[in-house]
Amino acid sequence: MSHHQPSAAPGAPADKGSHWANYPRFLWRSLVMATDGGLPFYAWMTFLTAVALVGANAWALQVVDGMIHTNMTDHVSWGIYIANFTFMVGVAAGGVMMVIPGYLYRDKDMHDVVILGELLAIAAIVMCLLFVTVDLGRPDRFWHLIPGLGRFNFPISMLTWDVIVLNGYLLLNLHICGYLLYIRYLGRTPNPRWYVPFVMISIVWAISIHTVTAFLYSGLGGRPFWNTALLAPRFLASAFVAGPAFLIVTMFVLRRLARVDIPDRPIQLLVQIVRVTVLINLLMLGSELFTEFYTGGSHTTHATYLFFGLHGHNALVPWMWTAVALNVVSAALFLLPAAMRNMWLLCAACVLAFVGIWIEKGMGLIIPGFVPSTLHELVEYLPSSIEWRVSAGIWAFGLMIYTVSLKIAIPIMRGDVVLGRDGSRKK
Amino acid sequence: MSDERTISLPVLGQIDRRTAVKGIGATLGLGAFGVAISPLARMREQLSAEELMQKHYKELTPEDKEAVFARLEREAKDQYGADVSIHDPQPIPGVRFGYAINLSVCNGNGKCVEACHKENNHDRDTNQSYIRVFEMPKGTTDFEHGNTTYTHDVPREGHYYLPVQCFQCENPPCVDVCPVEATWQEDDGIVVVDYNWCIGCRYCQAACPYHARRFNWKKPTIPAEEVNPDQGYLSNRVRPQGVVEKCHFCLHRTREGRMPACLEACPTGARIFGNMLDPDSEIRWVLKNKRVFVLKEELGARPTLFYFFD
Repeated sequence: MSHHQPSAAPGAPADKGSHWANYPRFLWRSLVMATDGGLPFYAWMTFLTAVALVGANAWALQVVDGMIHTNMTDHVSWGIYIANFTFMVGVAAGGVMMVIPGYLYRDKDMHDVVILGELLAIAAIVMCLLFVTVDLGRPDRFWHLIPGLGRFNFPISMLTWDVIVLNGYLLLNLHICGYLLYIRYLGRTPNPRWYVPFVMISIVWAISIHTVTAFLYSGLGGRPFWNTALLAPRFLASAFVAGPAFLIVTMFVLRRLARVDIPDRPIQLLVQIVRVTVLINLLMLGSELFTEFYTGGSHTTHATYLFFGLHGHNALVPWMWTAVALNVVSAALFLLPAAMRNMWLLCAACVLAFVGIWIEKGMGLIIPGFVPSTLHELVEYLPSSIEWRVSAGIWAFGLMIYTVSLKIAIPIMRGDVVLGRDGSRKK
Repeated sequence: MSDERTISLPVLGQIDRRTAVKGIGATLGLGAFGVAISPLARMREQLSAEELMQKHYKELTPEDKEAVFARLEREAKDQYGADVSIHDPQPIPGVRFGYAINLSVCNGNGKCVEACHKENNHDRDTNQSYIRVFEMPKGTTDFEHGNTTYTHDVPREGHYYLPVQCFQCENPPCVDVCPVEATWQEDDGIVVVDYNWCIGCRYCQAACPYHARRFNWKKPTIPAEEVNPDQGYLSNRVRPQGVVEKCHFCLHRTREGRMPACLEACPTGARIFGNMLDPDSEIRWVLKNKRVFVLKEELGARPTLFYFFD
């Protein structure tokens, strides 16, 4: 994780030294904080490292021998990599549900913890970029995608739009988090000029990343399962369930394990948001299903395959009904005020929603687009061992980034670590 | 004043035990990462610096092309043991290719599939081909009732046969979606792929409404004696692993006045190929006088491979 060096923070007091001297100190201090911790922390990081290494090894094999190691075919030409990619774009966008109350509605408590959402966006976008990279048949030709170096088919190809919005969102959040942390480390008050405009842009940008990602699919006339105007709104609704759900669990874990003092209010605010978005998501899913099944005809074959199986092919049926059950149960829990007062039940509801949407928007969205194929051939797909390993590796790497960035951000935002005072507690 | 103010590079400060342990951990982690990705070392045999840095087809000068083709010929010799000749015939001005298949005559014998397989240096293990022939029960045009894996004698009672390959659409969705312009439409209507520029994202496979594109899930295997040495850069040269390919109307033949391999192999005479801009061509006569249709016309891709009945 790298930070943007703010080029010229206004009114830098001379006695604090120049940014050229202070910024390396900030980076070094961050590195120390990122690697300091107790036994559980080291165990957690070792575990994540091990899983990430297994993933890296699986990917190396796939690059050398070819994607024959995956279970993808000419019929089902995208699989669990692109499924995870799609889901993670949603998680990245979901963090904005903390940013909007924190900045637009000036909710003080939310504003204090909003960096959790912004750091999640960074980790999630890095995962998105990795999931796309491992899906490339020729990662060595990655540079063909770089505007100026390669040939960038902009604005016609939606994939070029996605390259722009995803990297732009990554840069925005790196700048916002990097600026805030650095200035807090210097012991100064952040100057709104240098980050609030970027926060405002990032709110619109968060919507754009998931809209563009939906347009990747909904713009394909030859794939009726995806070719629906409801896809982008559905993506956003489910993103605003999955993102907040992950953040609620994160705050719970930080309270219990790291004893970070997080007030109830931001959690309750996120619960209220999810109460709405979880229902909107189910409403849209129901609306899609009605249109599919009431109309009938050949366009329905993909949904039929997904929910009921087709001519004895039913690999996705258990996945999809699991997702429906998870989504409905979590929605019910979110709507029960009694359940929401119990932190354990609340976390359970979040985990159910998160997994439910991971299936629904991942495998449940990508694979039926290909089954049956454009010429109605039924070739099924379930991920291969290599694909599971690579995917797990990227998840582990993403969690490493998030863990490490929280290790750095929380003490700095609390004011525990300030230039000139750091390390003094130990000496 | 703390010590840190006086030290410009804290990394050079005193090293305590915790730091030392962290250093060992980081070293072990990096070492393990090196081991994990060590299979990539095998890539070096397959991937030359020239290939890595090669420019897009449209940016190659004539000298660049000469060097690239020579390198590819060398690689074919090294990797497949075959002496091949790679050339690059250009679209002929005033030519727009069109194809038509007579469904009243086609009997599903599959000679076109086989001819394509051989002509285009397809992978032998997967028995790849750009053409698929659907056996359809009479009375429907719904592919859900079709079958491409039949092995019985043809023609079968109550069925007709529908060969499908790339339709070289006038408005090709696959070209629009490619993020790196690795695929484009040539002036004679043929949609081609620069196999040395494609990044293998497979967005074009998702976009094609006709299942016309194939991906090289592994390096193709072909015995040296079976390699077709007459190769075009944008057509039938042996494709690298990890890129997308498709039917190219045998441009290495058709741009030099010959017919596509699938047409030459067809024993029934069901296939008509030619220049749609030539008023005296057979394809023009068919389009004018037969009951012609295209698949999924409603999608607006405007195929230039047509079907007709007598």
